[in-house]
Amino acid sequence: MLMTMIVVTLAACSTPPANHPAGEPWDPYENTNRKIHSFNKGVDRAILRPVANTYSGIMGDEVEDAISQFSDNLSMPGAVVNNVLQGNMKGATEDTYRFVVNTTLGLFGFIDVATDLNMPDATDTDFGETLAVWGVPEGAYVERPIFGPSTQRDSFGNLVDLFLNPLDYWIRDPEEYWTAGASVSSTLTQRSRFGSTIDSVLYDSADSYAQSRSLYLQNRRFEVGSTGSDAYLDPYDDPYLDLE
Amino acid sequence: MTYDTHTLGRRNFLGGIASLGLLSGLVPTAGWALNEANSMALVDKIVTEINRVIASGKSEAAMISDFERIFARYADVSIIARSALGADSRRASGAQMRAFTSAFQGYVARKYGKRFREFIGGKIEVKGVRPVKSWHEVEATVRLRGQSPFEVLFLVSDKSGKNLFFDMLIEGVSMRLAERTEIGAMLDANNGDIDKLISAVQRAG
Repeated sequence: MLMTMIVVTLAACSTPPANHPAGEPWDPYENTNRKIHSFNKGVDRAILRPVANTYSGIMGDEVEDAISQFSDNLSMPGAVVNNVLQGNMKGATEDTYRFVVNTTLGLFGFIDVATDLNMPDATDTDFGETLAVWGVPEGAYVERPIFGPSTQRDSFGNLVDLFLNPLDYWIRDPEEYWTAGASVSSTLTQRSRFGSTIDSVLYDSADSYAQSRSLYLQNRRFEVGSTGSDAYLDPYDDPYLDLE
Repeated sequence: MTYDTHTLGRRNFLGGIASLGLLSGLVPTAGWALNEANSMALVDKIVTEINRVIASGKSEAAMISDFERIFARYADVSIIARSALGADSRRASGAQMRAFTSAFQGYVARKYGKRFREFIGGKIEVKGVRPVKSWHEVEATVRLRGQSPFEVLFLVSDKSGKNLFFDMLIEGVSMRLAERTEIGAMLDANNGDIDKLISAVQRAG
């Protein structure tokens, strides 16, 4: 089953033609993506930004942090599964300890005791990264309604991650709604806390679509650790070469 | 748009971008040769200068002008500007390049200098250095209040004749490449006219 899915993904992640200019993102769906981008901006302006600011105004920072911690902690078992799939046993072990410590000493994850104890950082990995480790190409850039920037590989990864977290198989309602609520809260907190930065990308850029795409792809490639032909936006191209 | 936490991870990617404001300042010219010790000393010095500006509690306008002074002195502004303009810099005249570079310097100072206030109470520590291709990559950790720490890389080169900083990367995002996208979009909006681009850059930020 999994293998079939991977084969399908491999076929679905389109790769740029050989004459595609280096340094340019692979964005064959740019027209559609741009329409979705303006829809997303509309949603942000009309709903997300005002709701996030109101929400953060009401909630104390500590409460918001605790809810975000809780939400992050719930994603840890999924990260452990992905670490195993990537053959990263060290990461899997570290994430497991972190989850156990924060779930028990950290009162169901509301308090990040693991960081206070100087335990290794969470790997924060996901199935998109697992696919990258397995050699699946990044695919085309896509902007998704509501969820924003992604690539074909990462969109598929997000979908698989919905089924990879073992916790989801035993959390039933009404607890299920708490976890969804915590995730929404965490998104609102980020929208408000980094508000002026997000505003400057979305509303002050000459081309907010191109800027979001550039920032997303650079950051994502850094997280996934991909190099070589995947790195269309190689930050290590040498700006001094032109002068020689 | 909505950035879901799964896509961006919780390493505060956006917080990282936010701190461009804190860090776009730059590299002093203390040394002559490019070696690991003086690359690191340069970044140490920048960090001290920037922290001083942040802690000064001055008005936004005063912070922006302090920041422009630091940027002009310690960054290789001309190579950053040339790189932001990309291939179009080859068809620009010498006079246009000079005008663009000067407009770009002010634009960067306004755009990132505006953000300084958000970083009051933050701390930057220089961690280490390693050679990459023809330059040095100095790694620093930034701790802002209420956020998990994140990594910033300063790229230092001596190709201008002295040690200067020519890029910085926060969580993999290069300031130089982000500005190339922005300047490219501004050039497109002005139908490729470099003189109109220069006026637009003078007003932006």
